[in-house]
Amino acid sequence: MRTLWAAVLILGFASPAMAENIIPEMLKTYEAAGASHFDAKAGSALWHKKYAAPENAESPKPRSCQACHGVDLTKSGAHIRTGKVIEPMALSVNPQRFSEAKKMRKWFRRNCKWVMGRVCTAQEKGDILTYLQQQ
Amino acid sequence: MIRFLLLFTAFFAAQTAFASDNFLGVPRFKGVKPVFNSNYESSCGECHFAYFPGLLPGRSWKKLMDPKALEDHFGENAELEEPDRLEVLNFLVRNAADQSHYKRSVKIARSLRDGSTPLRITEVPYIKRKHSEIPAKMIKGNKKVRSLSNCLKCHTQAKEKGIFDEDTVSIPGYREWDD
Ligand code: HEC
Ligand code: HEC
Ligand code: HEC
Repeated sequence: MRTLWAAVLILGFASPAMAENIIPEMLKTYEAAGASHFDAKAGSALWHKKYAAPENAESPKPRSCQACHGVDLTKSGAHIRTGKVIEPMALSVNPQRFSEAKKMRKWFRRNCKWVMGRVCTAQEKGDILTYLQQQ
Repeated sequence: MIRFLLLFTAFFAAQTAFASDNFLGVPRFKGVKPVFNSNYESSCGECHFAYFPGLLPGRSWKKLMDPKALEDHFGENAELEEPDRLEVLNFLVRNAADQSHYKRSVKIARSLRDGSTPLRITEVPYIKRKHSEIPAKMIKGNKKVRSLSNCLKCHTQAKEKGIFDEDTVSIPGYREWDD
């Protein structure tokens, strides 16, 4: 019995994590929601745009995606408040990125609302992913 | 006599319960129960480490995990999809300080007997008291720590074992802490 468990554990954890980015599938779901012609340039503009912080915010610093993910996407970022390291966003150096739909939904929602004060549209999410995919 | 016997049995039962807290010579209920839940880790462990449930009473977790509260979580957005929110809430409440026999949790719960509901672990009277002698320059003024909320920066065995005792503390940038 114990060997069986050992085998299960080894098979479960020792195999290299086969993360694969699911950006193409995500883009399809955005198309199903009415978006089309995703554009890396538009995505880049959204990614770099600075938004005014809400009036009641602790820090008046303008907000942007770069605030936590950093200027160079091939390098680690850090959470602006807690300092916790955020692994690089660029697929070229971090192939684990964009591999889980639930995680992407969760963070698009949290981060768009925090930075822009509203959720991102399907078009915006598609544009941003198209831009990020090329990094 | 019957009362004495009852008391005696109760005492004895408690004794054996505590005796079994020793496992291979390691006291098992020393720190905070080191419980893990993968949904909790991914829901609450990406901006800061996922705080052990045993560091706050259930009523605090309930308040923190309210959907509106998650939208403005100390100025951040920590929203969750509803099934995840409910699963995480249940995990936190089930293992909360007021449900635990672990030494630190018991002390945390006891220091909140006034019924207050802190949203921060760092505002629990017991935790505040334990850190009151550490100078600000070692916490806020310390780039490697930044905030008392970053427990793991100093408590080197907290993450794996839930141990917070003085022997395992090391403040980054300062020699072994001894007072
Ligand atoms: C306040 C800090 C912060 C800001 C600002 C921020 N993010 Fe994030 N983001 C995070 C954290 C933390 C994670 C989760 C940790 C990780 O994935 O390494 C994350 C993860 C993500 C993910 C999921 C990546 C994956 O691998 O699935 C996406 C997508 C994302 N962010 C997009 C954005 C966009 C778009 C913006 C700007 C609108 C933005 N982020 C701004 C902190 C931030
Ligand atoms: C988007 C980032 C983010 C996410 C996600 C997040 N937190 Fe936080 N959390 C913070 C910040 C920022 C603070 C304040 C840290 C400070 O003041 O130094 C904080 C503080 C806390 C504190 C108080 C710590 C103290 O000072 O004692 C608790 C408890 C807490 N979070 C629990 C949770 C729980 C439970 C979840 C999951 C629902 C969660 N957090 C998810 C950013 C986040
Ligand atoms: C700046 C480093 C630092 C940080 C950050 C920190 N602690 Fe501590 N902690 C200490 C030191 C030093 C002591 C020992 C104090 C003393 O000498 O009595 C201590 C003591 C304790 C004790 C009592 C231990 C005992 O043996 O009595 C507990 C419980 C504790 N900390 C929990 C926490 C929790 C929970 C957090 C995060 C919310 C935290 N600490 C963050 C440095 C830190």
